[in-house]
Amino acid sequence: MRVIIVGCGRLGAHLARRLDREGNEVTVIDRNAESFARLGSEFHGRMVFGTGIDEDILRRAGIESADAFIAVTNGDNTNAMASEIARLVFNVPRVVARLYDPVREDTFHTLGLMETVCPTIMGSDKIHELITGNGASPSS
Amino acid sequence: MYIIVVGGGKVGYYLAKSLLNDGHEVLVIEKDKRKCDMISAELGGIVQRGDGTDSTVMEEAGMSRADLTVAVTGDDEDNLMICQMAKKKFGVKRTIARINNPKNERIFKLLGIDHTVSVTDLILAQIEREIPAHSLVHLLTLREAGTSFVEAKVPEGSPVAGKLIKDLNIPDDCVIPLIIRKGKGIVPHGETPLVVGDEVVAVTALEHEDVLERVFSGLTITKGQ
Repeated sequence: MRVIIVGCGRLGAHLARRLDREGNEVTVIDRNAESFARLGSEFHGRMVFGTGIDEDILRRAGIESADAFIAVTNGDNTNAMASEIARLVFNVPRVVARLYDPVREDTFHTLGLMETVCPTIMGSDKIHELITGNGASPSS
Repeated sequence: MYIIVVGGGKVGYYLAKSLLNDGHEVLVIEKDKRKCDMISAELGGIVQRGDGTDSTVMEEAGMSRADLTVAVTGDDEDNLMICQMAKKKFGVKRTIARINNPKNERIFKLLGIDHTVSVTDLILAQIEREIPAHSLVHLLTLREAGTSFVEAKVPEGSPVAGKLIKDLNIPDDCVIPLIIRKGKGIVPHGETPLVVGDEVVAVTALEHEDVLERVFSGLTITKGQ
């Protein structure tokens, strides 16, 4: 599988290393070149320096033939926009965006352009479950 | 009209000032405290401090009763988010976004943002007009119709000077409806010759602009062949 990951922070780098180990063709985009150090020396994939909301940078990363696109920068708006470009301009089949803000996540989930992951809700549900022992009623 | 301006930088400030002068109800949303203080000192209590891409802030600003939302922050992704949230979440009918990367215009259109203003494009068009190295000046671009109105000058030594319109070798989906010669408009036909100093107005399919440009500029022909 050809995967593009925008954002080489803790989550992006972790995911990149994992997908790379599993034999996928991974390309990571980040606008801070120092972030690529998080990928470690074992990483076999490609690194592209630039912003993930620029069509030209995305093309350079090989988005035209990508099977999956993951936007996990620390900015919700960047993730949403990058994912929309991936979906609407380049027709990437699987697009996932991380959105910290639950309201934004809800809106973009409803728009149906991408799959969304909201760590705020996930973390809150998990912690709630841990302290109340009640995993059956996730909050919204 | 109730107009919400998101982004209180220079563009946002002067925009709000003009809109107030025109008698509109205006609210500016701005993150930075210093900018907020400056705006309220100059224009009165029309500022709300906060992240304009945050739905809570949008709600407090009364986004759902806004007639128009204008996003003029310096970041394209923020402006896109503001307009999308305004439309999808708060039902604002009309949105205008400032964009920095001209290529984003297409993406904003695809996502239903009615109007975009690209400062980069505006400055570029001005440069085209001032510097003759660009042989085509964009007068009007109808992106959805795939058509543009362009103007080409015929300078001294131009490869088209002295040629008849019919001999120009321009693409089929391109026509020349007007020539401005010494300040006077001429509606040309195939037998009309081009003269040094002419300003030639052409209507062309967007994808063939480059062919037209090659016809009018000797430079590009040499480069291309």
